[in-house]
Amino acid sequence: MTAAVFFGCTFIAFGPAIALFLFTIAREPLRVIFLIAGAFFWLVSLLLASLVWFISVQISNKDSAAQQKGLLIFGVVLSVLLQETFRFAYYKLLKKANEGLLTLSQEETMPISIRQLAYVSGLGFGFMSGAFSVVNILADSVGPGTIGIHGDSQHYFLSSAFMTMAIILLHMFWGVIFFDGCERQRWWAVAAVVVSHLVVSYLPEPAVRGQPGAHLRHPAGDGRLGLPHRRRLPEEPQALPHLQGHRLPACQPPAQITPRGTRSPARARTHTHTHTHTHTRSFPIHLLFKVNVFNLKAAGNSWK
Amino acid sequence: MGPDHCLQEPECSGDGPEQNGQPGAARPPRVVETEEDEDEELTLKYGAKHVIMLFVPVTLCMVVVVATIKSVSFFTQKDGQRLIYTPFSEDTDTMGQRALNSILNASIMITVIIVMTLVLVLLYKYRFYKVIQGWLFLASLLMLFSFSFIYLKEVFKTYNLATDYFTVAIIIWNFGVVGMLCIHWTGPLRLQQAYLIMISALMALVFVKYLPEWTGWLILGAISVYDLLAVLCPKGPLRILVETAQERNEPIFPALIYSSTMVWLVNMADTEWPPRRRGVKLGLGDFIFYSMLVGKASATASGDWNTTLACFVAILIGLCLTLLLLAIFKKALPALPISIFFGLVFYFATDNLVQPFMDQLALHQFYI
Repeated sequence: MTAAVFFGCTFIAFGPAIALFLFTIAREPLRVIFLIAGAFFWLVSLLLASLVWFISVQISNKDSAAQQKGLLIFGVVLSVLLQETFRFAYYKLLKKANEGLLTLSQEETMPISIRQLAYVSGLGFGFMSGAFSVVNILADSVGPGTIGIHGDSQHYFLSSAFMTMAIILLHMFWGVIFFDGCERQRWWAVAAVVVSHLVVSYLPEPAVRGQPGAHLRHPAGDGRLGLPHRRRLPEEPQALPHLQGHRLPACQPPAQITPRGTRSPARARTHTHTHTHTHTRSFPIHLLFKVNVFNLKAAGNSWK
Repeated sequence: MGPDHCLQEPECSGDGPEQNGQPGAARPPRVVETEEDEDEELTLKYGAKHVIMLFVPVTLCMVVVVATIKSVSFFTQKDGQRLIYTPFSEDTDTMGQRALNSILNASIMITVIIVMTLVLVLLYKYRFYKVIQGWLFLASLLMLFSFSFIYLKEVFKTYNLATDYFTVAIIIWNFGVVGMLCIHWTGPLRLQQAYLIMISALMALVFVKYLPEWTGWLILGAISVYDLLAVLCPKGPLRILVETAQERNEPIFPALIYSSTMVWLVNMADTEWPPRRRGVKLGLGDFIFYSMLVGKASATASGDWNTTLACFVAILIGLCLTLLLLAIFKKALPALPISIFFGLVFYFATDNLVQPFMDQLALHQFYI
């Protein structure tokens, strides 16, 4: 079961990107190199953003949750801006390199056009961004564990996978638009890329994002999805919430299996669960894809 | 159980990373005036191809090492056994003592490597070919039979496959003999490359298992510096090795170098010379240390896969830059410094700075 989830989510997240890579990039060595260089640039931008965030966290008040939240949002905004700055820097570097190659090789045409470079570098950014976002989640999804066992959303892996796919493709599109905007001096296009990146990365909580990522609920605890984290300290084992309505009246008819699941007349399905969040964390996906394919139930109601 | 001595050749002389596209034997004199320009154009045209020709094996080696470390727990377990070259334990009471021990360990290891390299260069210079061949023969024998047997055993243990000795003997015998033939005599190019990748991966796994943590990082740093000096300084042993080999128009020992094309022998000058079959070469020591870095990243990082990915990309970019420099300067260059430098920077930065940030982002489901 966990293998199915793992493979499914991996292919959802990386399928389109890998297909693009295999069919358009893998055969051309130059494109592969620029893809990896793009990934490297993204990585460097992330490093700088993390450095600034880390320093700001160290000098701040660690007990104040609001301040930490504010710093995180600042970190996100800074990271997005740095990413776009590095995209611009990469553009400049590629322009210079291309001109250099052109003069050196005495051929009429450049070995690789700026449009191809835009596509390839955008995909490089996307690969790295997607990988950093989702690879640990995928590793956790192999298990052992059960997602949603503590009442969190069961669709965490799936929504993460879709979000990652969206981000990878978005980075590719942003790369193309950005480079084109720079080429033709259309700065509004560049601004649009930056703004849309900010919008996608930071949507104000809690209205649309819902509860924090369930699998990393406690900074020092284990995954609250019921997945043990090898690299984190285990949480104290918690008593499960008591089920109400244990007292069965005599001659209770047996539990009936209806199409909508098992309904036991004696067992009230109102066990206390303290997590009353909704499934709006998939909001960005709705926004982007405008399809209502997700039939998400509120957490805790499904005891499948 | 496990080897209690470290294998010498691959990491000593193998970290002589020859990357000159060796033209092989005497080129026929009919190629005349446009040789310089042709050189330039071909360098650019094939430069990217050469980079990919090295990206693929380096990636494969790293994938093998990371996959093994993630699945077979043997290679991350510390049995308390150490190599004789790193006698000081890192299980000390204070950080200062641990730092001191690791520095001493690293110094001893580097000294051993330097001595071995000097011995190898002297043997080569004074034409003790038989000694060198015997040494390499024994080393690859050990790798291909003993280390691979241990590896196979641990893989079977991990997956709980009960196998009889006869089957294992047949497998190891065939694997080893074919490996020896491919590496020391001749064989299909892909098979030879595959075997070189496999023994590099095995060696990297040995290092990941038996080198204590801080010692490993220090050794990586120190060996990059040594590589830089040994290849670039005029009296550096590896430079002397490369220059002597070029003077004598001989290829350097195939057991130590990964080559992307077949090595052309001296006698082929008479026949139709395929004009430009130059490949690019990378020493096995480079494979070993790249994979060791990525292996350590996947074994011990709290960032886990993020750190592994970051180190992987950093090493590839370092290799790319090194090959760019090779295309510009056209002489043997050290392959370790840039990649290992990037790898180390990205390991420590990702593990300590990026991982908390990514944790917080994942907690709030921010996708940047």
